[in-house]
Amino acid sequence: MRKYELIFIVRPDVSEGELEKLVAQMQGVVTGAGGTVEKVERMGKRRLAYRVRRHREGHYVLFVLTGGGETVKECERRLKVNDAVIKYITVRVDEELKRAEKLKAARAKRAAAHPKSKPGAAAPAIPAGAEAAAE
Amino acid sequence: MGASPTPAAKPAERGARKSATAGGGSTGQRKQYFRRRKVCKFCEEKIDFIDYKEAKLLSQFISERGKILPRRLTGTCSPHQHLLTRAIKRARNIALLPFATEL
Repeated sequence: MRKYELIFIVRPDVSEGELEKLVAQMQGVVTGAGGTVEKVERMGKRRLAYRVRRHREGHYVLFVLTGGGETVKECERRLKVNDAVIKYITVRVDEELKRAEKLKAARAKRAAAHPKSKPGAAAPAIPAGAEAAAE
Repeated sequence: MGASPTPAAKPAERGARKSATAGGGSTGQRKQYFRRRKVCKFCEEKIDFIDYKEAKLLSQFISERGKILPRRLTGTCSPHQHLLTRAIKRARNIALLPFATEL
C-alpha cells in the first residue's frame, strides 16, 4: 500500500454546503476504490498564484490516503469529471517520508553517541592554553 | 531588466548574506571585505523533508519573476537544493507558486 497526498482546488463560488458534500463524496470514492482516507484537511480559500480557468482563487482541499494505483486512478477520474474542481494533483509521499524518517533517526543516533560534541572539543583546548600561559 | 529587480527582492535576507560588511574597510589594494558564510537554511533548521505545501517557505527561494534561485545566491546545499527544486515545481503545479509573474 502506498501513501498519497491528493490536493484539489474547488471553484470559489461553490457554497460551503456543496463543498462539504463534495468532500464527503470524495471520501466515499476513496474507500470505494479500496483505499483508506487518513486525513482530510480543508486548507481554506486561497489566492491562486496564476489564473486557472479564469479563477483567481479557490478552495484547497487536502486528502492523505493510502491505497494502490487503482484508487488514485479512480479519484483522478472523478475529479476530472466534476466541473466544480478546477485543478488537482496527486503526490506519492511514502518514500520521501521514509527517507526523512531515516535521516531523523540517524541524527538522533549521532546526537546520542556524541552528547554535546562541540563543548567537548572546546574544553581540552582551554586548559592547554592556560597551562602554557602559566609556564 | 531581468536581473536588476532581483537584488532588491528580499533586502533583509540578501543584505544579511552578501553583506560586504564594511568592517574591514581600510585595506586599499585588495578587496578584502568579510563575506558572511552562507549556510543552508534546511541544514541549519534540520529539515529533512521539504513540503511543497509550505508556499511561504518556498517563496523565499524564488526570484521576483518566479524563477528558482540558484544555490550560489541562497547558500542551499546540494541535496537540499534538489529537494527544494522538486518541492517548488510541485507547488507550481497546484497554483501555490507562480510559474512566472506577469509584470
